[in-house]
Amino acid sequence: MKTSADRVAPIKSPSKSNPAFDVLEFRKDFPILQQKICGKPLIYLDNAASSQKPRQVIDAITHLYYEDYSNIHRGVHTLSERSTRAYEEVRRKIQQFIHAGEDREIIFVRGTTEAINLVAHSFGQRVVGEGDEILITTLEHHSNIVPWQLLCEAQKGCLRVAPISDAGEVELESFEKLITSRTKLVALAHVSNALGTINPVAQMVEIAHRKNVPVLVDGAQAVPHRQVDVQKLDCDFYCFSGHKLFGPTGVGVLYGKAKLLESMVPYQGGGDMIASVTFEKTIYNKIPFKFEAGTPDIAGVIGLGAAIDYVNQIGLDRIAAYEDELLGYARQKIAAIPGVRILGNARENASVLSFLLDDVHPHDIGTILDQEGIAIRAGHHCAQPVMDRFGVAATARASFAFYNTKEEVDALADGLQKVMEVFN
Amino acid sequence: MSDLRDLYQELILDHTKKPRNFRRIERTGSKADGHNPLCGDKLTVFLIVDQGRVSDISFDGSGCAISMASASMMTENLKGKSIAEVKAQFERFHELLTGNSSVPVDSESLGKLVVFTGVKEFPVRVKCATLAWHTMNAALEHQEEPVSTE
Repeated sequence: MKTSADRVAPIKSPSKSNPAFDVLEFRKDFPILQQKICGKPLIYLDNAASSQKPRQVIDAITHLYYEDYSNIHRGVHTLSERSTRAYEEVRRKIQQFIHAGEDREIIFVRGTTEAINLVAHSFGQRVVGEGDEILITTLEHHSNIVPWQLLCEAQKGCLRVAPISDAGEVELESFEKLITSRTKLVALAHVSNALGTINPVAQMVEIAHRKNVPVLVDGAQAVPHRQVDVQKLDCDFYCFSGHKLFGPTGVGVLYGKAKLLESMVPYQGGGDMIASVTFEKTIYNKIPFKFEAGTPDIAGVIGLGAAIDYVNQIGLDRIAAYEDELLGYARQKIAAIPGVRILGNARENASVLSFLLDDVHPHDIGTILDQEGIAIRAGHHCAQPVMDRFGVAATARASFAFYNTKEEVDALADGLQKVMEVFN
Repeated sequence: MSDLRDLYQELILDHTKKPRNFRRIERTGSKADGHNPLCGDKLTVFLIVDQGRVSDISFDGSGCAISMASASMMTENLKGKSIAEVKAQFERFHELLTGNSSVPVDSESLGKLVVFTGVKEFPVRVKCATLAWHTMNAALEHQEEPVSTE
């Protein structure tokens, strides 16, 4: 009987410095990939929505609850000490992972969406006044649009949007012109979730900084696929979600430059974010704790730490190289199908393949592919402005991670043939 | 395991490719917009009610095969019916897609609409099939706010 293991083969790289990327071995670490959907091996191509978790991450969370769990930061007993140590160790791990200057610049939040809302509230509310501007791009996910709309509405500010080309790249000249003396913040995606475009973030940060404007980068789609160095990028804020990085849901990270974070008002009030409380006056805790009110998702943080260990053990550079090859293969194979139109043709792409197929609605493509065991996403991908820009209501989106294979791409192509058969 | 043939039957595909009553009716106040934000189906349903009967019904918009076929077959089915019959049909169709499987289907009243029975096996797609009907209902009641499947 065919299993999913029979469909995959390792992709071998000839050079000595890049030993064979043994995708077959890595897939064994992901128990969920071993199942069948509608009688066919699961082919999970919805990684931009969320990634699957290796056994090591699941075990780390289970281990916490079996052995070490206790509330953190306040207890004097052994279990509390163990949990606190494990939790703070992950903070340092993340600091190294994104090469932040200090571990107090790493704040744990629920996810990218919460990180952006935090900045909109704690930074934006103080800094944005009537007539001031926030600049974003057409590529943004709703999480990097709506918090700014809410801020502008509350403060009577103005949201400006940098346009994108037909290839799905931000028009840098327009971007630069749109940064005015009233601009208080630029917010932009590192990698577009709808198109896969990789923005030239370092360059865009430099442009903004020349005009003394800080930059927030939405790294949700970048961090699973590329090594990120926040000091090199010199961005002022960087955020990402744990669940897209092979970690659990409910946890994410906001990085902010220490000086900025110190100048910001708290986001949520409660326990842990205070130094002392009286009814006359409350003194807030120092960073990062000032922004971590209440009991956090301790297990989530531990799981995220295990996910980072897992990814580091493979190496993000190796992952990036493998994925580039896989995406290149996928783009070629899918583009060759008559009737297919690929959206997102930037010079640099990561992970995402967004496409249309003749008159067939993406929702119908998705249902038929599901019957073949293939999981893609169909819809506007929380990026309605991108859809509007290209005059479509929705696209079909296949998004890859390092555990996907060329054989799975072939199966996707076969699945699309099946879609054509149903509709012709 | 569900069979795709239950969902994408010949009749449904025919209505997707050649939707009936796919036009706007400009001179009517009975119209409503509906959309399925999950996947981007957007419809407008137009009605002319004359002496308690639906004398004309049409739709406009774009969406997935199921939503378009459902809208098309709905307009065919409802033309000429009285308001009371339209409302009863709405309940029957809704029951067909979301109701208890053990309740017998009123295939005589539903006619060709029974072809949507298969949608039940694809729960994610039920909202696509019911969108046109909810929108039609809103048009009937002159609702101001666009209908959403959320």
